[in-house]
Amino acid sequence: MLPVFQKFHGLLWYPVQFEGNECSPNIMYSGAQPNQQALPALTWAESKGYKSYFLLGSDYVYPRTANLILKKHIVHDGMKLAGEEYVPLGGTDFSSIIAEIQQAKPDIIINTLNGDSNVSFFKQMAAAGMTPDKLPVMSFSIAEPEAKAMGPSLLAGSYTSWNYFQSLPGPDNADFVAAYKAKFGADSVVDDPMVHGYVDVMIWAAAVKKAGSFNPTKVRDAAVTLGFMPSPLGMVKFADNQSMVQTGYIGELQPDGQFKVISTSPSTIEPQPYDPLAFPGKTCKLH
Amino acid sequence: MNETAFLVGQVFNGFSVASLFVLAALGLALSFGLMRVINMAHGEMLMLGGYLAYLTLQVVPGPLGIIVAMPVAFIGGAIIGGILEWSVIHRLSARPLDTLLATWGASLILQQAARNLFGAIGVEVTAPRWLNHTITIHSGPLAGLDLPDTRLFILLVAALVLGGIALLLNRTRLGLYVRAVNQDRATAAAMGVNARRIDLMVFSLGTGVAGLAGVILALLGPVTPTVGQSYIVPAFLVVILGGLGSLVGTTIASLMVGLFTAMIEIFVDVSVAQVLLLVFVILFIQIRPQGVITVRSRALEG
Repeated sequence: MLPVFQKFHGLLWYPVQFEGNECSPNIMYSGAQPNQQALPALTWAESKGYKSYFLLGSDYVYPRTANLILKKHIVHDGMKLAGEEYVPLGGTDFSSIIAEIQQAKPDIIINTLNGDSNVSFFKQMAAAGMTPDKLPVMSFSIAEPEAKAMGPSLLAGSYTSWNYFQSLPGPDNADFVAAYKAKFGADSVVDDPMVHGYVDVMIWAAAVKKAGSFNPTKVRDAAVTLGFMPSPLGMVKFADNQSMVQTGYIGELQPDGQFKVISTSPSTIEPQPYDPLAFPGKTCKLH
Repeated sequence: MNETAFLVGQVFNGFSVASLFVLAALGLALSFGLMRVINMAHGEMLMLGGYLAYLTLQVVPGPLGIIVAMPVAFIGGAIIGGILEWSVIHRLSARPLDTLLATWGASLILQQAARNLFGAIGVEVTAPRWLNHTITIHSGPLAGLDLPDTRLFILLVAALVLGGIALLLNRTRLGLYVRAVNQDRATAAAMGVNARRIDLMVFSLGTGVAGLAGVILALLGPVTPTVGQSYIVPAFLVVILGGLGSLVGTTIASLMVGLFTAMIEIFVDVSVAQVLLLVFVILFIQIRPQGVITVRSRALEG
């Protein structure tokens, strides 16, 4: 859709994590860049002493690119790549991949499967006796609603990396979650992409006020000069490359379907659209 | 794990995948075999079975929930299938292409209904604890081989369902009628067989089996409004490969597809294996267009 936004000089506010390697003035990238989700996850795993990594993903651009970046860093950090496998989008059969994982014996699996394939994968891993407490799994596409739908019992003890969890402390998030539950029911849950969508609207509104105009060019010029703002995510702002400066969190899934934050990045992370190891020499300069 | 154990494990995986395909495709083979109806809503019968399993587990939690869910889903699938046959399919029986469109429409309606009732993201159905074990071989040439109980259970259910349908078709009066209508509808009707009622019963049986299959598939896969779409393509694939309408052919084709996939995945990744599988099926159909088993039927002639 990028060509459409460029052709009509529109401005897309993009709330979902993505693979980076892109830099357009027509997009406000609020979802995590690889260095705000994938790489913090790797850093955390290395700090826990995991040496051998198995990369598993759906066969499309995000997992392929995220794993390309991860592989560069795994090699650079002196770790071992135990295996790398992809299944077609929506794939439901993991029997062969599980056999391969059993042979490769990795310390941890990094999972970039998309959507329903996750359910099949975790169910078939459980059937094979490899629950997350025996072989840790770090997932990039499982958040609170997916955990609720798949059954926390299946996933309990597995890890994810996001810039938001419903369980984050702080009054901004508490107010947001309370208001959301008041509107959508006590058992509704929120997750990282939803909150990014909400924060995008809030920042857009602030940028429109500052610019005094709805013109997309003026709005994006204003949006990168707003400075840090409080949000359910914590303090966030848009950097000059139109990506969001935000904090990285590692969560461990609890039996109640919520994530316990077990690691937080030392400070907010500057977004990096082009990973220096995977795409050396490329930079993103928009303002 | 040594090479032999890995290879035997892949053969087991092939059988396991085949058992899933047989369960997903049996209902389709039944309705297609008798009525020449391409039921595009077949996948949604699998989906219905998954949701009925979810609802059953709400009422009957605990170890036996999944056992109760199977007959519940069978009956639920049969009722919905019966309504679909009675209200839409038999009224379009002379117009196969319209049936294709109408059942596709029914499939979209059922998907949206599930989305409205249960939400887009799916519901939780997990295997009971008594299935969460693996049989591990610790010594001998097969040391390291793992056989998950869930997959053994599914193989058993697939064998029982196949056996049950074979008995029904070959050993009962209903089966005799079904075979008579299948071979020559006009003559069977002239002999006093109520072909209309047989159509309804066979179609309901097919969707009932699909409902039951949905419970089994939920043990290893998701339960979402669109889950049927993940299985409908392999289901059609094995029905066509097996020879239209032949249960033996469908079973053999499932085994061929399952084993072919498992073996080829030793050498290539899953995406490439899918491509090679489709190439294999296309070549096979070129050489043997009637599929594995040839069904002699007046309905397929002319």
